[in-house]
Amino acid sequence: MTMIEAIRDAIDTMMARDQRVVVFGEDVGYFGGVFRCTDGLQEKYGASRVFDTPINESGIIGVAVGMASYGLRPIAEIQFADYVYPGYDQIVSEAARLRHRSAGDFTAPMVVRMPCGGGIFGGQTHSQSPEALFTHVAGLKTVMPSNPYDAKGLLIAAIEDPDPVIFFEPKRLYNGPFDGYHDRPLTAWKQHPKGAVPEDYYSIELGKAELVSEGDDVTIIAYGTLVHVALAALEGTNISADVIDLRTLVPLDLAAIEASVQKTGRCVIAHEATYTNGYGAELAALVQETCFYHLEAPIERVTGWDTPYPHAQEWDYFPGPARLEKAICRVLEGTALAEGAAAQANGGANQ
Amino acid sequence: MTADISNKTLIDMHRRMVRIRLFEEAAGKLMEDGKVPGALHLYVGQEAVASGVMVHLTNKDQVTSTHRGHGHLIAKGGQFDKMFAELYGKSTGYCKGKGGSMHICDLELGMLGANGIVGGGPPIAMGAGFSAKFRKTNDVAVTFFGDGASNEGAFHEAANMAALFKLPVVFVCENNGYGEYTAQSNHQAIVDVADRAPGYGMPGVIVDGMDAIAVYEAAGEAVARARAGQGPTLLECKTYRYYDHVGVRGMGLKYRSDEEVALWQERDCIDRIEAHLIEQGISTQRKLENVHKSTLKEVHEGIAFAEASPMPEPSALLEDVYA
Ligand SMILES: Cc1ncc(C[n+]2csc(CCOP(=O)(O)OP(=O)(O)O)c2C)c(N)n1
Ligand SMILES: [Mg+2]
Repeated sequence: MTMIEAIRDAIDTMMARDQRVVVFGEDVGYFGGVFRCTDGLQEKYGASRVFDTPINESGIIGVAVGMASYGLRPIAEIQFADYVYPGYDQIVSEAARLRHRSAGDFTAPMVVRMPCGGGIFGGQTHSQSPEALFTHVAGLKTVMPSNPYDAKGLLIAAIEDPDPVIFFEPKRLYNGPFDGYHDRPLTAWKQHPKGAVPEDYYSIELGKAELVSEGDDVTIIAYGTLVHVALAALEGTNISADVIDLRTLVPLDLAAIEASVQKTGRCVIAHEATYTNGYGAELAALVQETCFYHLEAPIERVTGWDTPYPHAQEWDYFPGPARLEKAICRVLEGTALAEGAAAQANGGANQ
Repeated sequence: MTADISNKTLIDMHRRMVRIRLFEEAAGKLMEDGKVPGALHLYVGQEAVASGVMVHLTNKDQVTSTHRGHGHLIAKGGQFDKMFAELYGKSTGYCKGKGGSMHICDLELGMLGANGIVGGGPPIAMGAGFSAKFRKTNDVAVTFFGDGASNEGAFHEAANMAALFKLPVVFVCENNGYGEYTAQSNHQAIVDVADRAPGYGMPGVIVDGMDAIAVYEAAGEAVARARAGQGPTLLECKTYRYYDHVGVRGMGLKYRSDEEVALWQERDCIDRIEAHLIEQGISTQRKLENVHKSTLKEVHEGIAFAEASPMPEPSALLEDVYA
C-alpha cells in the first residue's frame, strides 16, 4: 500500500469497528480529500460520518473537541499543516487541557491529521513542519510516521488513544520513500518492505521508536522523511550507524535513544523543521542529560534553515543526504571513518 | 448597462481583462509543462471583478488578494515580466522569487499581496484601512476573498472591526460557487454572502460579477463611501472560475457539471464588454484584436524575460527574515 492507502485503510478499519468514529475536514467527504486519504469513505459510511466542513479550521478543531468530550471519536483533517493556525487555539487552550482542568472528568480523545513537510514546491504555506508547536504543549501527543505500515498502526493507536493526538503525515512520503534525492525517480512503496500493509486491524503502541538500521559508530535520530534521508546519507559509506525512527515524538522513547547513544557515543539529530527551538533542541538536551559521559563529540543537528519555507529554493532549504553526511563526518572527526566519508561527500551530491 | 461610464474607462477595463486572461492562459500552460514550480490558481472567468474594482483605485489605495491572485495584481498594474519571473522563482521577480504565485506583492502598486492562507487578507486590509484613516490619507483598502474564505473567522473579525471603527475598507467577495471542490451549498447555509453584512453593520451589495460595468458601478459606490468616511461595504460579486481549483482543466470535473461551466461561459465578461464596445461604436473589431495581439506579445516577452533571468543565489534564502 502507499501511505495514502494505509491511512485510508486505518480509518476504514476503525470506522467499521467503532460507530463513534467520524471523519471530517475540508473536501474530505464528497471529494475524498485533496491527497485522497478519505476517498470512498463517504460512499461506504454515509455523509453523517464522513463529511465536508466549511473552510474554518477553528470550527473544524472546535467541533472535534466538543464531539470528543461528549461521546464521539472524531478524526479531523487539516488539509495542510500550514492551515492549522486558525485552529491552534482550540487545540492548545481546549483539547490539550480538558483532562487536567476537569481533573479527568472531561477528555478529548480526538485525532487531528495533517500533511506536513516540503518537497512539493508548495512554498511557505504548503510545506511547513510545525511539530514543535505541538510537542511543546502538555496534554497533546504528537506522532509522525515514516512509512505505510507504521502509518496504519500508529493511526489506529491514535484513534483508540484516550487523549488528543496530533498526527503528522509527511506528504512527500505519501507515494514513496523519498530520500532527499529529488532529481532521481521516486521508488514506489510496493518495492519497500514497509509498503506491505496487512488489511486487518493492528496497532503500534505510541511512544515506541524503531531501530531501522543498526550500527556502532554513530546514532542518527530522525522521524518522518528524514528517516529515509538518513539511510540515503549512509549509503555507500562504511559508517555503521543506528538510525532511530522515533515514530512518536510525545510520548518519546527515551530508552531507545539512551541505549543507542550510550553504545555509539556520537549523535546526529535530523528534522526538516527549522533549527531554533525545533524538536531537535529537546532531543539534544535529553541526550546531553542522559548520555553526557558517553559522548565522544558534540551532538549535531541537521535541520531546515531558520527561514520561512522557500518557494524557489526548496532544495537549498531541505536537509538532504549531503548535509546529513557532512554532519555525520563532523561527529566522527578524528576517526578513520570520517576521512573516507568526507571524500565521498565532496565527490557527491549537490543536496 | 448604463451610460454613466466614460468610453475611456470602458476601454481601460477591457484592456485589464484581456491582460488577465492572456497572462493566465499562458501561466496555466507553463504550469502544465512543468516550467514553473508549484501550483497555480487561475483567475480566468473572474476578470470583470478585479478590473471593475481596480479602475477606481490609485497606487496609494491598498489591496489584499488571495491564492487566486494574479488577476488582482494585473488589474492593479502588475508587470508581466516581473510576474512571470516570480512564478519561475527567479531573482528578478516581484519578490525575488521568494513569494511565488501565491504571495506575489508590490508595495509600489499598493498590492499588499496574494495570500496562501485563505482568509489571510481581510484583517490586513482592515489594518491598512485603519492606518489610512488614522493618518488621514484618504486612501481606501480593498480586500478580495472567496465564498469559501467568508467562513473563516478572520473574515468575520475583520468585518466587525472595520464597521465598528468605520474604516475605509471595501470587502469584495468573489463568490464563484465553490471553495476548492466543495459547492457553496455544502459550505454555508446562505446563498448570498452579502446577507452577512447587516450583521456587522455595513451595507451588503450583490452584483453580477460577469459584467464589468455592473461591478464598476457597485464598486464605485463602495469606494466613494469608504473615501467619504462612511465606513465599509461588503460587495458580493457572483462569478465563476472556468478552470479547476488548481491548473487548467475546465470540463469533465467530478464536482461540477460541464453544462454549468458552459452556462457561465456564455456570459463571459470579455465577450460581453467587447460586444458592448462594438455595438456602441466605442471601438472596432480590429482595435480589440490589436489589444489581444499586443498583450500576447507582452506575454511572450515576459516569459522570455523570466526564462533568461537568474535563479536567486543560495545565500539569498537567509536574507529578509529580519530587518
Ligand atoms: C487557512 C487555509 N485553509 C485552507 C486552505 C486550502 N485552500 C486553498 S484555496 C481554498 C478554497 C478557497 O475557496 P474560496 O475562498 O471560495 O476561493 P476560490 O478558490 O473559489 O477563489 C482552500 C480550502 C488554505 N489555503 N488556507
Ligand atoms: Mg470560491
